[in-house]
Amino acid sequence: MAQVKLHGFWYSPFTLRVVLTLKLKGIPYENIEEDRFNKSPQLLEYNPVHKKTPVLVHDGKPLCESMIIVEYIDEKWPQYPLLPVDPYERAQARFWVKYADEMIPAVGALFSSSGVEERENSINKIWEHLKVVEQHCFGYEKNIFGGNTINIVDIAFGSAIKFLITIEDIIEVKILDAEKFPHLHSWFNNFKDAPVINENLPDHQKVVAFIKSLLQKSLQSS
Amino acid sequence: MADNVVLLDFWPSSYGMRVKIALEEKGITYECRQEDFQAKSSLLLEMNPIHKLIPVLIHNGKPVCESLNVIEYIDEVWNYKPSLLPSDPYKRSQARFWGDYIDKNVYSIRRKVWIGKGKEQEESKKKFIECLKTLEQELGDKPYFGGEEFGYVDVALIPFTSWFYTYEIYGKLNIEEECPKLVTWAKRCMEKESVAKSLPHPHKIYGFAKQYKQRHGLE
Repeated sequence: MAQVKLHGFWYSPFTLRVVLTLKLKGIPYENIEEDRFNKSPQLLEYNPVHKKTPVLVHDGKPLCESMIIVEYIDEKWPQYPLLPVDPYERAQARFWVKYADEMIPAVGALFSSSGVEERENSINKIWEHLKVVEQHCFGYEKNIFGGNTINIVDIAFGSAIKFLITIEDIIEVKILDAEKFPHLHSWFNNFKDAPVINENLPDHQKVVAFIKSLLQKSLQSS
Repeated sequence: MADNVVLLDFWPSSYGMRVKIALEEKGITYECRQEDFQAKSSLLLEMNPIHKLIPVLIHNGKPVCESLNVIEYIDEVWNYKPSLLPSDPYKRSQARFWGDYIDKNVYSIRRKVWIGKGKEQEESKKKFIECLKTLEQELGDKPYFGGEEFGYVDVALIPFTSWFYTYEIYGKLNIEEECPKLVTWAKRCMEKESVAKSLPHPHKIYGFAKQYKQRHGLE
């Protein structure tokens, strides 16, 4: 029996966070692909409160909520540490992780928005978020949090931005503009090409095609 | 050098109360400054430029924002007993899960319980009780959410109980009837000095809520 199992969706930004964390730390795990339209009884048993992915199962014990899972992994497997040591720096990192978490539903809202006004409102909300990050987060251009290695804030934002560029392709609107957000744009280019990250991001075209098909499915059933 | 600790607060805020409880638990001396939401201080805007919200803990001039974040920070800096978070990583992840659950559910729903009207209020009341029942189930027969010791999840949830009287009046609810174990837990927490000192009397909260509704034409 594998010690570490991950129940997730290959296309989900939340699952991606856990995958990147496991891969950066070189932790072997069994991947269990869930079907959002037919969730396994195991998943529902492991996450009865939210019934969502990702769920990490370590030695039979389930963990839910992507960034809580990431912190747990970081505490149990100290190689390639993702959080700073200093408590104040850690508090800053957690603040930005929460901020990244607030961005993902904003991108989701854009995806499911109907009509020009709703879409524009969603885009403006995302722009506000991106502006804050652009203004407040960059000490160095390469990594958000100023180190030379990927850290928890990179993972939190990286998955959110990956989701955003997927949606950009689907709705054919450029939101993460290189001119408007030079630091963020440059950071994401570095992030997605970094070793380990590069090999483990889901293929862009595949994700775009899949999310498009999800949208069509939900339009058909509504 | 002695620590300089300032808390930017707004007295009816459950989030501010969380931080007060944590500071009291650790016996930390701090200065509490009340913010006026009609006229936020320049200090608040400087210390929390992104959200412009309380609570903000300012430790030796450096700000920490987001109440649950502040609790973890306090526990890490003043890392003597009583500990607020468990030492075991799995138990810690469970504590964080429930803190997150409370933040995602209790906050957004409760507002509509005391401010909402008609169908919206009825739906929110139903969701609110469901949420409390889920928490009650998690508590089980333990004295506190973390087990034998008062901790993170208790700190995260107990401040909302100072608002229960207000929810009951405006929402026509009887929380003790719906969630008796949770109410017993709340009374147990109130016996702790750190909690009793940090939570305003429920009638005071009701007075605030009434004034708020009158001022915004919501009565």
